[in-house]
Amino acid sequence: MSADINKLEQVASQVRRDIVRMVHACQSGHPGGSLGCTDYFVALYFHAMKHDPSFNMDGVGEDLFFLSNGHISPVFYSTLARAGYFPISELATFRKINSRLQGHPTTHEHLPGIRVASGSLGQGLSVAIGAAQAKKLNKDNSLVYVLMGDGELQEGQVWEAAMYAPHNKMDNIIAAVDYNNAQIDGSTEDVLSLGNLRAKWEAFGWDVLEVAQGNDMAQVIAGLDEAKSRTGKGKPVIILLHTEMGKGVDFMMGSHKWHGVAPNDEQLETALNQIPRTIGDY
Amino acid sequence: MKKYTYTESKDTRSGFGAGLLEAGKQNENVVALCADLIGSLKMNDFIKAYPERFFQIGIAEANMMGIAAGLTIGGKIPFTGTFANFSTGRVYDQIRQSIAYSGKNVKICASHAGLTLGEDGATHQILEDIGLMKMLPGMTVINPCDFNQTKAATLALVNHEGPAYLRFGRPVVPNFTPADQTFEIGKAVMLNEGTDVTIIATGHLVWEAIQAGEELEKLGISAEIINIHTIKPLDDDAILKSVTKTGCVVTAEEHNRLGGLGDSVAQLLAQRLPTPQEYVAVNDSFGESGTPAQLMEKYGLDAAHIVNAVRKVISRK
Repeated sequence: MSADINKLEQVASQVRRDIVRMVHACQSGHPGGSLGCTDYFVALYFHAMKHDPSFNMDGVGEDLFFLSNGHISPVFYSTLARAGYFPISELATFRKINSRLQGHPTTHEHLPGIRVASGSLGQGLSVAIGAAQAKKLNKDNSLVYVLMGDGELQEGQVWEAAMYAPHNKMDNIIAAVDYNNAQIDGSTEDVLSLGNLRAKWEAFGWDVLEVAQGNDMAQVIAGLDEAKSRTGKGKPVIILLHTEMGKGVDFMMGSHKWHGVAPNDEQLETALNQIPRTIGDY
Repeated sequence: MKKYTYTESKDTRSGFGAGLLEAGKQNENVVALCADLIGSLKMNDFIKAYPERFFQIGIAEANMMGIAAGLTIGGKIPFTGTFANFSTGRVYDQIRQSIAYSGKNVKICASHAGLTLGEDGATHQILEDIGLMKMLPGMTVINPCDFNQTKAATLALVNHEGPAYLRFGRPVVPNFTPADQTFEIGKAVMLNEGTDVTIIATGHLVWEAIQAGEELEKLGISAEIINIHTIKPLDDDAILKSVTKTGCVVTAEEHNRLGGLGDSVAQLLAQRLPTPQEYVAVNDSFGESGTPAQLMEKYGLDAAHIVNAVRKVISRK
């Protein structure tokens, strides 16, 4: 599939505006990782995945996506709304009382596009594997995508799942790690170093590819296309997606400090001045 | 006192194994997962019949719960199998988030619950699992009493939409309920009608309650005996109706007195019909190694202790 990079970048710019505005409006949430993963989300939902915004839970015949690091819900919600899963006006309800847009994603309020709750870390890869097993049983050739944070890889369950998938030749999974080297208490290097991630995943039996610039739309698209071409070959595929936390807002970049902090009014204005409005604010 | 007889003793976990095989026959969406305890959970017959619908997870219970949650997306009905300890406390957060909060149709099937696991000792003898599971919103909690009832409960779960915890055990116990029974989730089973006391029992304690009823009859005490196989949702009506008649109640379970069946009954009665109640349950302690019979005696869970609790509660009326 040929991608209109310019068009995707415009969507990404709008999603970034949504993220900053949503987090500002409720004065809570996680802008840093959301901004860093924006290009990946847009590439997934507007290019890579075969999916239906009319949404049914089982998603037979569709590609599925699971967000394991649920705290980057702003980018997930904005992308889903922009892709047509629910009205963009609903983004204004993020983290507010009686909203379907809970602080962390959940099926509990029946928000279209969400297939499992996440937020307590380390669980998404297992769920994705289960969904991929169901696809194999159903002789459904579509794919299952899952995104994890790099700090999240400190959870032991991830490595239980990492061991299971290659053993069972789960070659209909494309996992990705948001490799931004940052977590809430500091750099992953300082908190609990991840070591050689490529070697770790390869040693567990995964087909590993890296996207060096996970905030360059053309590279993300190329990486996803390459990952898809490697499915169906007996191994699960994982993308190490090198991103920058806070990407697009200069004062949120280069530090872990904007992992889970909301901008004030002045900071919002500064941020929005750096992110062009493209397809219209909610 | 109604007479209960049995021709054989069997383990409840084998009832699960037989039920799982039948469930697989009845519904092609039934799948099973196990964390390296196939033999203990009696899953061999299912695996032999439906190898493509079985998933060996290895010793990784957290991953098993997540995979089970994922399998429901695509219409599967997963039954997970491991010991009760590893089915609940070890994976509480996985069950809470990926299964219960997410509303997934996963059947958590847990063997070797309680003291009757025996010689392995307290590391494996979970006595807190009913409490853990019943606190999860939307979770159904079932603790059948013998082989036939466990088989029937397993089958009933196939057509029950939503997360459920099915608790059973290791030892052979009298198999006295009918082979052809219909298992109604949430519906108490009246075992004996009586007038002086209501004994509400679950799991392995149901047979002990029947034996206690026979002893009590000799003492001139008429016991109403109710088998509560479903702890959540609790059959409020059956309990209230019986206690209205008898005026006192003894609850009996192979579980910590905190958080189990007794507490569910006490909460119901405190709100609707305050009534003297005695607990036959483990008194807020861990277990230890020993034979099942020795442990049930030492920790106060046998028929003799039920008889004592009945005499005590009647004196409080």
